[in-house]
Amino acid sequence: MIEIAGVTKTYRMGSLEVHALKRVDLNIEAGEFVAIMGASGSGKSTLMNIIGCLDVPSSGSYALDGIDVANLSDDQLALIRNRKIGFVFQSFNLIPRSSALHNVEMPLIYAGDTENRRERALAALQAVGLSDRAQHQPSELSGGQQQRVAVARALVTEPAIMLADEPTGNLDSESSLEIIELISALNRAGRTIVLITHEDEIARFARRVVRLRDGVIVSDGPQRAPVEARV
Amino acid sequence: MNLVEALRIAISGLNANRLRSGLTVLGIMIGVGAVVLLVAVGNGASVQVTSQIESLGSNLIYVYPSSPTAAGGVAQGFGAGQTLTMTDVQNLGDQTQAPDIAAAIPIATAPGRMTHGSQNWFAPVSGSTQDFAAVRNYSLQVGQFFTQSQVNSSARVVVVGQTVVDNLFGGSAQSALNQTIEIQRQPFTVIGVFVAKGSQGLGNQDNVAVIPITAAWNYLTGGRGKNISQIVIQATSASTITLATQQATQILLTDHKISDPAQADFTTQSQQDILSSYGQITQTLTVLLGSVAAIALVVGGIGIMNIMLVTVTERTREIGIRKAIGARRTDILLQFLIESMFLSGVGGILGIVVGWGGSFWLPSLKLSVLSSLGTPVVSIASVLLAFGVSVGIGLFFGIYPANRAAALNPIEALRYE
Repeated sequence: MIEIAGVTKTYRMGSLEVHALKRVDLNIEAGEFVAIMGASGSGKSTLMNIIGCLDVPSSGSYALDGIDVANLSDDQLALIRNRKIGFVFQSFNLIPRSSALHNVEMPLIYAGDTENRRERALAALQAVGLSDRAQHQPSELSGGQQQRVAVARALVTEPAIMLADEPTGNLDSESSLEIIELISALNRAGRTIVLITHEDEIARFARRVVRLRDGVIVSDGPQRAPVEARV
Repeated sequence: MNLVEALRIAISGLNANRLRSGLTVLGIMIGVGAVVLLVAVGNGASVQVTSQIESLGSNLIYVYPSSPTAAGGVAQGFGAGQTLTMTDVQNLGDQTQAPDIAAAIPIATAPGRMTHGSQNWFAPVSGSTQDFAAVRNYSLQVGQFFTQSQVNSSARVVVVGQTVVDNLFGGSAQSALNQTIEIQRQPFTVIGVFVAKGSQGLGNQDNVAVIPITAAWNYLTGGRGKNISQIVIQATSASTITLATQQATQILLTDHKISDPAQADFTTQSQQDILSSYGQITQTLTVLLGSVAAIALVVGGIGIMNIMLVTVTERTREIGIRKAIGARRTDILLQFLIESMFLSGVGGILGIVVGWGGSFWLPSLKLSVLSSLGTPVVSIASVLLAFGVSVGIGLFFGIYPANRAAALNPIEALRYE
């Protein structure tokens, strides 16, 4: 599903070159639940941006679902993000002043996909247990509920992978547990999930853990005893 | 992404900042309103001047006497010559010589200090022939115009305008009829009163007194001979004015035995010439007023640009989110362009309403400064143009902010606090 080979990302800060990623190789198969861990500055955000097609590698190759995305234009990347990737962010990132339903519809709107748009968005909201909050605006929802809407938005296009960047970072422990269990349940239903986190508590739910330090993968292996979600 | 969705997003964005959107719309509204109103004022002035000139009669050509430049290059004053004669008038009115001339009348002017009992008044007195009323487009409310036989017999009769009646007879045309008034101490009987034309600006068309030209020569302009100060020619239709002018010129050159048209001792001027020279003045006025208003419109456009730049900065994060979930450059560009065009379009519509309303409200103020400009005339073309320009301004001043939004890097936009 994800084939990253020899990916390097170099930023230029004035005269200084910063190597955020150094020749990283990573393969993720369909149906996996991978946690990418690392301290701040380890390069995990850069790796997430590349996996999420928000950024392109300086060198190396990256194929997503069989498509080489390393050399695509901005608009082509937008199309890939729309069709192949569902994002869940730390700060929820819902569009303010738009109902939960409209937020979930948004990726379908940009896809130009009008067929049963409303029904599909409602089904996604139902899948995260929020069908009764469809007409609420983000400001009328709790943090946990907002993140559920974000998960529904990530699901609605049936993407190849779901990319969750610190999805529980802004939530209290109870809501955190709800969200990670929801994500875990989605994985058991067959969804490929890449989870970026620095919390061991959260990473325990993943089946495979990749650790980054200074732009290099230092460990990559199955979780010895993944926590099974209660639901 | 379809337009309905883009419009929905734009409206919800504008709705979130109602005061700000309202003030921006106000800027465009004032600009468009000013364009519509001021162009209407200019058009009104133009219509007023045109109708005044046309009230003098239709399809007219004026012939004035002039002297060829004397030896030494000294030209005499305009109208100083006495070169026009009744023979000229008769020949010009001859259908066989000039098929495109409907009628020709001589005008001899005399100062008109007139009295009736203890009342005094001053009105220009014109001596002319029986065709005067038809050519100059006057009709009579009471009595009748003088006849050819009255012209031949130098009858002491006069036909006056409403202003003269107002000042000598207290306004009643009926009571003026058959009364005797004295013009320069010469008695004349009032045999008719013209229907008021009611126009102003180019001289009062109702402050007139017309007498047979022969009577003018005999009793009023004594000592100056059979002076004709101008001949007024009426062409058969608007399309034959040029032909009629040519025929008149030819007849007068032949009559006066002048072979070189450059040496002509008369000048012709058609109503079209007068209209076009006044038309240039009013057009300049309209352009001037319009450009002042256009400046207001541009200022409004800069207001839109300013507010759109603020909006783009404020919504950087939202732009990042939209890009992350698949919005392309054009989607973002379109969203902000529609937003700015919506602002300017609404401002444009309100401005048209205000400008149109203002054009009705302005005359009701009865300001003396404005009375000479006539009633503003809103032209549909200026309304459509103003609306088009306002939307265009939204597009033009929206492009830079929208482009800035569309070019945002999604990673940095998402990180923006």
